[in-house]
Amino acid sequence: MHPAFSVVFLTTLIGVGQGLFLALYTGQLYSVVKVLPVQDSANFYGLGSLIAVAFLAAGLFSSFFHLGHPERAWRSAARWRTSWLSREVIALPAFMGMTMIYGLIHYLGWNPVLFTLRDTFEIDLSLLVGGLNTVLAFTLFLCTGMIYACIKFLQEWATPLTVVNYTLLGSASGFMLATAFASHQGSELTGFYGGWTILLTLAALVTRVSSLVRNSRIKHKSTLQTAIGIRHDRIEQKAQGFMAGSFNTREYFHGVSPAVFSTIKWTFLIAVFPVPLFLLSLGLTANVLPLFIMAFIVQYAGLLAERWFFFAQSRHPQNLYYQTVG
Amino acid sequence: MSQLALVIDLNVCVGCHACVTSCKEWNTSGTAGYLADMNPFSKDPTGTFFNRVQTFEVGEFPNAETVHFPKSCLHCEDPPCVPVCPTGASYKREQDGIVLVDYDKCIGCKYCSWACPYGVRELDEHQKVMKKCTLCVDRIYDESLPENERKPACVMACPTSARLFGDVNDPDSEAAIAIRERGGYQLMPEWGTRPANHYLPRRKTRITIHEDELVRVDNPLRKERQLPMPNSDEPTLDDVTSW
Repeated sequence: MHPAFSVVFLTTLIGVGQGLFLALYTGQLYSVVKVLPVQDSANFYGLGSLIAVAFLAAGLFSSFFHLGHPERAWRSAARWRTSWLSREVIALPAFMGMTMIYGLIHYLGWNPVLFTLRDTFEIDLSLLVGGLNTVLAFTLFLCTGMIYACIKFLQEWATPLTVVNYTLLGSASGFMLATAFASHQGSELTGFYGGWTILLTLAALVTRVSSLVRNSRIKHKSTLQTAIGIRHDRIEQKAQGFMAGSFNTREYFHGVSPAVFSTIKWTFLIAVFPVPLFLLSLGLTANVLPLFIMAFIVQYAGLLAERWFFFAQSRHPQNLYYQTVG
Repeated sequence: MSQLALVIDLNVCVGCHACVTSCKEWNTSGTAGYLADMNPFSKDPTGTFFNRVQTFEVGEFPNAETVHFPKSCLHCEDPPCVPVCPTGASYKREQDGIVLVDYDKCIGCKYCSWACPYGVRELDEHQKVMKKCTLCVDRIYDESLPENERKPACVMACPTSARLFGDVNDPDSEAAIAIRERGGYQLMPEWGTRPANHYLPRRKTRITIHEDELVRVDNPLRKERQLPMPNSDEPTLDDVTSW
């Protein structure tokens, strides 16, 4: 497939936003059960949610560049019963809105204690809203991943690993940003987020490499024989019906040389996993904010390469019909 | 339920592209807007087409065959492009099984084209919506046309009658009979899309003639010869027999 930068930015940016919200809420949850100290509502959760919403909005903005008719985008919520894309179109604004509400509750202090569990754990409104929003965050990961995983003949994508990778990579980058944010706020949660970031990044490394291994061994079900229905071992295309390009030759071929393709793979494998982990670990030893920021930037740049590679690696069966110009 | 479709006979297709040009001509002139042609007279011309004819070589020289292969939307009975559409712009008609795009609802997200394994949907560079073969839905029901012209433009244009049009679910239709009797098959059956369009395979037409079919077995002289022409004044067989 030909990777569209609008979608590369959309999926990576909302991944950061979702991960950042999950990090904020995890921190709050730990503080409710009194494992971690309570953070300042307005400066920590309020501002943190604002940053998450900014990333989500940037992703949403980027997605419009993918559309031929952005002014009709509202129509795309119609077919949520059958289309994962439609479901994502609903889940993304819902998650954005809920994150905004979560942030506002914290920022404005509209956070009454609803009830107390076992006389120790105070359950307030933000905890309830955040819990619902966590469900939305994971729903959004599921929708985004399933858009690709549900097309069964794009065999590189049609695996549960697609959803798992979107979830883990998004969460890892979000927790990475949370580490930098906590360090900037002088919060005690820096180490906590750093630890989670390391865990999530390592988990993502395992699942992403698994999908690479899986895809390198893939046996494509469609062949030139099934594509034109002629049972012969040797079939060669002599003409594709036109001399210059068409939508079919532009949309489904990534068009870079095998050397560049392989370089992009190794770039993302290095930039998403070892380099940020090294920078993060170095930063955690002495709580150095610039190192956290650098780790986040390197990992995000790596994720752009990762997403580009994810799209480019998928081989569409229609390419069988477009092997030779003529 | 009726399912209109094309049956394409690869045995007689000569790869003349008449179906391609007549399709473009008809569909670029309709009320739905023209099929864009970008840079038509300069470098890298490109345009929207509903139908393409491709050419494949099967086998190795000298035992090779050239197969011309027309490809357009197959109007699948279980079209994977329809459920993925987020707006409902892509739909399959109940009454005749034609898969269509509502150009007024399409947002141009290209997701349906990703979900089509055959690559028969093309984004129109001018209108920025997804376009595809409509089976000339604006022709086949047009009562102002004579009845024998209510067929897709490509079928009308084919000089070798390689394209049959009809209801493949009606066992008595020309299309269904051709599929049944001449080994009609579907493309990429492995994905369960059940394409309505079928292809008829290449086949060799040879007749085997045995020696005794050339020489009459009951010939008493064991040889064939022509009887001498009777003289013109002699009676002919018609004159001497009376029925």
